[in-house]
Amino acid sequence: MPKIIVEVMPKEVLLDPAGKSVNNALHRKGHKDITAVRIGKRIELHFDRPITDKDLAEAREIGEGFLSNGVIEDVVNISSEN
Amino acid sequence: MKIGVVTFPGTLDDRDAARAVRLAGGEAVQLWHADTNLHKVDAVVLPGGFSYGDYLRCGAIAAQAPVMESIIKAANGGLPVLGICNGFQVLVESHLLPGGLIRNENQHFICRDQKLIVESNTTAWTNDFALNEEITIPLKNGEGGYIATEETLKRLEGEGLIAFRYKEVNPNGSVHDIAGLRNERGNVVGLMPHPEHAVEPGFGPDTSVAMRSGVDGLKFFTSVLKAAVNA
Repeated sequence: MPKIIVEVMPKEVLLDPAGKSVNNALHRKGHKDITAVRIGKRIELHFDRPITDKDLAEAREIGEGFLSNGVIEDVVNISSEN
Repeated sequence: MKIGVVTFPGTLDDRDAARAVRLAGGEAVQLWHADTNLHKVDAVVLPGGFSYGDYLRCGAIAAQAPVMESIIKAANGGLPVLGICNGFQVLVESHLLPGGLIRNENQHFICRDQKLIVESNTTAWTNDFALNEEITIPLKNGEGGYIATEETLKRLEGEGLIAFRYKEVNPNGSVHDIAGLRNERGNVVGLMPHPEHAVEPGFGPDTSVAMRSGVDGLKFFTSVLKAAVNA
């Protein structure tokens, strides 16, 4: 299925409490070499036709305007699969 | 005086907000998320809850709801709008107020009676308070940590746009102890704590006088009734 994948991450400067909790659990499990965990979102936009450059441009707009909040998050990647 | 209270899917505190409006002497009008008609209200309350299940980000989907199109337009024209908790998150996601709200610093959902300092009493929703008045109203949130860029914080501090600051305890890690904001015009106010839960003796926070007798939240609603009369 053709899709656009938008990946959103909390900004690096921000504390990511969810990631911190997971990191703590991993350390309890003995994975001491992992220094940090950060958790973001992968959002898939599905299409029933091939994806065009216009779709990708719109996805960037949607990604930055709605799927992420620029104050707290960054869109780190937008890619497509046909 | 008609004050609209918006219900989104997942809103919890709309009935309490409507009750607060009535106790203050106003008429509460239910507004529906899917209806762009504001029914000629004189002010709007965006109440607390978990609109759209907090999917994507708290308040983000509600900010795109049909009713918000009308509210954003009206707010930019001067209509008084109060966002409480999830409503504050909706205001931030609607860009009516700057910054963002993230998970509480200690990662716990917090429910407590919270002391606040009223830092601005020249808004539609705070004109009944004295400047620097200390009030106590309930706070209950999981994602109440206020953040903003350094530049935004400088502007908020410099232009006096911080409406409320946490006193004694900063419960959620908010920068500069920010509990609530106002816009330049003073018609839009948003805060994480809940004034609508401190409006009736017997159901509010404890005070030095008696248990559950705190009604500090009522002044938000009496303020806007005054503002509407003077407008």
